This record gives sequence, C-alpha cells and structure tokens, in this order.
Amino acid sequence: MTEMMGHLSLSHFLVVGGLLFCFGLMTVLTRRNAVAMLMGIELILNGANVNLVAFNYYVAGGLSGQIFALFVIVLAAAEAAVGLAIILAIYQMIRSIDTANIASLRQ
Amino acid sequence: MHTNLAVFYLFALAAVVGAAGVPMSKNIFWSAMGLLSALVGVGGLYVLLSADFLAVTQLLVYIGGVLVLIIFAVMLTSQIKEIEVSNQNVGLVSGAILFALTGTLLSFIAIWAPWKVVLRPESHETSAAIGNGLLGTWLLPFEVASVVLLATLIGAIVVARKEIKDD
Repeated sequence: MTEMMGHLSLSHFLVVGGLLFCFGLMTVLTRRNAVAMLMGIELILNGANVNLVAFNYYVAGGLSGQIFALFVIVLAAAEAAVGLAIILAIYQMIRSIDTANIASLRQ
Repeated sequence: MHTNLAVFYLFALAAVVGAAGVPMSKNIFWSAMGLLSALVGVGGLYVLLSADFLAVTQLLVYIGGVLVLIIFAVMLTSQIKEIEVSNQNVGLVSGAILFALTGTLLSFIAIWAPWKVVLRPESHETSAAIGNGLLGTWLLPFEVASVVLLATLIGAIVVARKEIKDD
C-alpha cells in the first residue's frame, strides 16, 4: 500500500484495468441496446489488455504480453465487425436492436 | 518520476471517466464518446508502460476502426432523438451493486496481492522486436490471425448485405 503513494507501480495499472472491466461488465449486463452491449465488450477487452501490458512491463519482461495484447486487439476488431454486421441484419429484419425484442426463435 | 505519476493520473482519469460514461449516459451517442475517451486513456497508459507500437495500434485500430464502425452502427440503427428507445437501461441499481462488488474485489487484489515485481532498466522502442517476433516465434498465431481476418471480412459482408430476391 505504501508504494501506492510514492511513484507509479503495477497496482496503479491493475486498478485501472479492473475498473474498465467492471464498467464493461455493467454495460453488458444492464444495457438492452445491442450496440451498447458491444461497447461493453470492447471495454472488457481493453481492461484485460491493460493488465496484460502492465504484467509484461512489471513482471514478465520481454514482449510476449504485448504480442498477446496485439492479438486481442485484432480479435476485438474482428468481433466488432461481425457483431455490428449481425446487428445491422437484425435491424433490417425487425427494425429494432433492443435485445428484449430479438426473441423470434422462441416462437 | 512525479511527472510520470501526473501523466498516469491524467490518462487513467480519461479512461475511467469515459468508461463510466458508457453504462451511465442516457444517449447512446454519448456512450460512444465515453468509449472514445476510454480508448484514448488506455492508449496513453500503453505509452507509460513503454509499449509504443501497441499504443499506435490502439489509436489506429480501435479509434480509427472499431469506434468509427460503432458510431456508424449507432447512426444507422437508433433514433437518437428518442432517448428511451435508443438507450434503455435495465436494473441500473443492481448494475451499480455489481460494479461496487467486483470493483472492490479487483482493486483489493490489485493493491494487496504480493506481485513479484522485477525492476528493469528503461526499455527501448519495441516495434522492431515485435516485427521480428511476429515473423519468428509467433509466426503461426500471426498467420492464423490473418485467416481469421479474412473470414471476418467475408462473413461481415455476407451477413450485412441486402439480399436481392428474384420473386
């Protein structure tokens, strides 16, 4: 705890990553707009990335953490593209992206 | 070292405040702007962690690509004027309780866990080493990622295009 006051440490970055993850989780769980839920997923991935790079810098050394974060960014971009394409297709079909309305498979 | 700390708090504040705006704002366009602030803040943190290539990638891919895509989707799908329609929130109270619980737990772990921190000399620029690594040690994941991106490209086009029917 004492090193929290003095200068920059691993804990600083871990707290920021954890907060980003929590806000992302909150977004995914409370939003009914599908695009907003995708934003929450991006926040979660960013929180994970901050943790990866921080551990790479302070604990592991080398570059493996950064390369891992790079692949996470690639997959996040792919996920966003496909997710938004699906959302647009749903919108063209039922004119709504409220996740409560997307229940046609239930009938 | 103290300038480092000041810069850290600047970017961390941008990241956390922006991230807080994503679940809380009434208008989904402001949610997207909050996401922008969060992504810029995270990019600044990458610079502080001496991950220069990753910071530039964050700017190019996330802010230049993903965020623009999200804003396009916002414009195409939601009626921004109708706030209730565009960004309904269910259970903000339970969400806040969940946030308090997980946030406290994660912060507690991050601050009090005995991390095995290794002190290193100041590191240098990373792009050359990352390039060598992608064509050496991490060649297979790199190639798989390119195949995934191709599949994404085709899949997104096929899913999002309007089908032209003959009848």
